[in-house]
Amino acid sequence: MKSFTVLDLMDLDLKEQNHLGLSCIGGRSGLSKVITSSKISRPGLPLAGFFEQFSAFAIQVFGRGEQAYIAKQETEGDFGSITRFFDSDLPCCIFSDGGKPSAKIIELSNETATPLLVTDLASSDFTRRLIQSLDEVFAPTQTIHAVFVEVYGIGVLITGESGVGKSETALELVERGHRLISDDTVKLRSISDNYLIGMGQNPLLAHHMEIRGLGIINLASIYGVGSIRERKQVQLAIHLEQWDAEKHYDRIGDQNLADTYLGIAVPKVIIPVKPGRNIPIIIETAARNERLKKMGYYSAKQFDQSVLRWLESEAVRRSYIEDSEVP
Amino acid sequence: MVTRTLIVANRAGIHARPAASIVKTANQYKSDLFLEKDTMKINGKSIMGIITLGATYQSTITMICEGPDEEELADAIGALFENRFEE
Repeated sequence: MKSFTVLDLMDLDLKEQNHLGLSCIGGRSGLSKVITSSKISRPGLPLAGFFEQFSAFAIQVFGRGEQAYIAKQETEGDFGSITRFFDSDLPCCIFSDGGKPSAKIIELSNETATPLLVTDLASSDFTRRLIQSLDEVFAPTQTIHAVFVEVYGIGVLITGESGVGKSETALELVERGHRLISDDTVKLRSISDNYLIGMGQNPLLAHHMEIRGLGIINLASIYGVGSIRERKQVQLAIHLEQWDAEKHYDRIGDQNLADTYLGIAVPKVIIPVKPGRNIPIIIETAARNERLKKMGYYSAKQFDQSVLRWLESEAVRRSYIEDSEVP
Repeated sequence: MVTRTLIVANRAGIHARPAASIVKTANQYKSDLFLEKDTMKINGKSIMGIITLGATYQSTITMICEGPDEEELADAIGALFENRFEE
């Protein structure tokens, strides 16, 4: 992974409710310092002089308590542990709650090249947002060769060998009102080892598609902004492959295959491709079926149960009829 | 499997035209071609994939060829890079 610096933290592209509202007021020469961990430290104890188990590598967040303590030390003229604290090669210090660091603190940050950032957010709100953003930054990622579309609200990853018709299928799906997230290269990110988020490798290139015979087209301008999406949870994997007469394909729908990316299993459906099979419609149906499964309705199992019930009742009926024929 | 390191020698980097010529060459062979840059690994038979690598002038790319004619494929792609995609 490319190293994540304090400057990258300030440049994170976050929307309103996630915005960190950071601005730098001191220690600018240290803005290229690398943040190595998503850990956040509240430096109350080290400021008071207790440095055991101090996470100097973590982002230091000064809430109201820490700020009040610094103000008190300043009136008493005691900078001993504060100076030692700033000498610990910290990645950056952040004053939350709209706190204004004093001239002495700004001087210390400039001397030690520790970026000094301020935000108007309350410390609790700020740490929550910061943890969320850093979790995403430090989440394990994997880039795969696939097309990623949203079909009826389900994030569908279409995989398959080159030339099997992934892009053409996605194009037809977009034509039918679904959305494209990325064509060809999809960056997967595991969020808290719990679910996968898929997005384009590069936001500038993500909504372009290569269609053999046409070349490169821009979906966003051809179909409008409603046909694209930036990111989406991966909920279903569809694997397209050339029809192989020798191979046994799932005929009932009870195989429950799965693909594993970054340790997270995604339900998988294998769809054989041959001329005359309308793949986009099959994918739409797979997405609808996946939604039903999430709601607790399992088509294949329900069908099987209906068959069993019917067989049962037929058996009872027959025994009744046979019984009545006895003279 | 053949693994080689390539350096982008043309000034403009790998944009649409060089990407297309890589794909065109790769498709003449049966073997699979993968290109690696930093943490990205993409299929060398896909134009959009190669472009997303963002390979600028002098950047290093690792080429991985796998299949029955991997040596020939590696030589052909290597030659493209050496000739700076005729730019």
